[in-house]
Amino acid sequence: MQIVVCLKQVPQVAELPWDPATGRLKRDLAEGMTDPAAKRALEAGLLLKAAGGGELIALTMGPPPAEEVLRQAIALGADQGFLLCHPALAGADTLATSQALGAAIRHLAPDLGLVLLGAASSDSETGHLGAQLAEELDLAAALNVEQWQLSPRALRVQRVSDGFLETLELDLPALLTISTQAPAPRDTPLGGLEDAFASGRITRLGPEEIGLDPARSGLAASGGRMLRVYSPAAQKRAVLMRGAVKKSVQELLARHGDRLGGIIGRDLGAAE
Amino acid sequence: MDTTREIWVFGDWRNYFQNRVTLQLLAKARQLAEPSGARVCALAFGQGLDEWVMEYTAHGADRLYVCDHPRLEGYPMQAFTGLVVDLAKKRQPEVILVGATSFGKELAARVAKRLGVGLTADCVELALDDHGRLVQTAPAFGGNLLAEIVSTGSPQMATVRPGAFQEQPHDYVRTAEVVHLDPPAKLPDERLRLVESRRLPARQQELENAAVVVVGGRGLGSRKKFKNLHELARLLGGEVGATRPVVHSQWAGHEALVGQAGRQVKPKLLISFGVSGAIQHTAGINADFIVAVNKNPNAVMMQMADVGIVADANQTCLALIRELKDRLRG
Repeated sequence: MQIVVCLKQVPQVAELPWDPATGRLKRDLAEGMTDPAAKRALEAGLLLKAAGGGELIALTMGPPPAEEVLRQAIALGADQGFLLCHPALAGADTLATSQALGAAIRHLAPDLGLVLLGAASSDSETGHLGAQLAEELDLAAALNVEQWQLSPRALRVQRVSDGFLETLELDLPALLTISTQAPAPRDTPLGGLEDAFASGRITRLGPEEIGLDPARSGLAASGGRMLRVYSPAAQKRAVLMRGAVKKSVQELLARHGDRLGGIIGRDLGAAE
Repeated sequence: MDTTREIWVFGDWRNYFQNRVTLQLLAKARQLAEPSGARVCALAFGQGLDEWVMEYTAHGADRLYVCDHPRLEGYPMQAFTGLVVDLAKKRQPEVILVGATSFGKELAARVAKRLGVGLTADCVELALDDHGRLVQTAPAFGGNLLAEIVSTGSPQMATVRPGAFQEQPHDYVRTAEVVHLDPPAKLPDERLRLVESRRLPARQQELENAAVVVVGGRGLGSRKKFKNLHELARLLGGEVGATRPVVHSQWAGHEALVGQAGRQVKPKLLISFGVSGAIQHTAGINADFIVAVNKNPNAVMMQMADVGIVADANQTCLALIRELKDRLRG
């Protein structure tokens, strides 16, 4: 059985470099890390492999630096890493990404047992990819999974969905997206990254190698166009207080103590 | 042939909060339909749907596409997806709006994939431009920016978080046309079986209803420092909320998350420590009075505050605790 974990490199910083001309993120400028939910999907893959055996494949799509998330995955115990990387894949929305990852998975995992993804990535947070990849590969799927139990042919999972605690059973092969409420990821072992780098177990793939038409990939296969990107206008103009912390706090209470006291129902007048 | 343009709203009636977002979307759909005279249509699938047919009519639907059948008991994802896709191919609606509930997000993503169209997640605004295109405004790039997106195909699909739009008062005099659909021929996907579904106890609403909310962000620096917020919240009789990076770092549980993906808060007073102000966070805040503390005076959170204190978040939190203890003594 092959388990494929789809990983995503996300920017570490909250304020991201973006290109105002195209409205697209300059991913190559943003220092990356493995998306927190994807880390838990990897942890799920490692636990499931430990329990049921099989091969664990880490897959990501992105610019060359995204290889880093594969090195981490291999350092943690993934058997192979594949980076789907080509200019024609840039600008992909979840529709185009599901098409590309689906093609890669069909190519890489003829004995597919499970596809695992993070439930939603920290940089875009749409949560669409799992459902769309399940459609692409025609797999039974459960999203936002927190716990799981594997038996030989089926998988039993638990999730919270709109105020219901659901237990679901899926035949394999299946797809799960893993919530950030799932077991926490283990730490990367010291020295593991360099070993992973030297291991030669990371392969780069382009669209043609997995049967994708570059002219119908990435932005060209996406369902939306960005008209413009802007910073939301500030709603208020704050009164700024600077200087010593104690002075600022006293100034806050001197100016607004009556109002704040009214809200909490207590007298906030200065102590005698 | 009937050529009236249609705007669809998926009727997500399974529980109260899912249904609220349906009503909010009906109100937005009415606004979008007004200039062109488009028809607002609600989709209602399941068993025993009379109550929802009435409610969606009263909240603005002109037409209801109803599939009422025992096979649809239990809210089966596959069957619902098939119904929307088949009907969309037949009727070719211009717009499909879906509430961004767990169910709605999965449904919308599947429908968009099968129809081969784009889907914009978590829109905070929807408007038609001069060309009649639906301009979908949604958070982008970690949420510090907003993007305006248009679909390249049709239907134009978007999801919207509960609370982004206001529902209209009901009008039980309104009438609507009801179109009954044949039940799906195929049984729900048997590769996926629902073993058990238990309704969780109503969520704790303390944070949503609190008059005072103290929010901590990554700028506090550590889990230990974040904990000081509880002392401050106790003094103020308030609740503690957190931003996404804080929840990811496990300084606080997911139940404390304030923002689009978490709790929507509406306190009289909100004090924010070390929060930059990503739109996913600020979209969850509707506060009368905001005090923000941040070393960076240009942080979005500082700009949307009434009072901004330019200082270390943790030092200010401790100073405020001390000052309040002094003043509240006795």
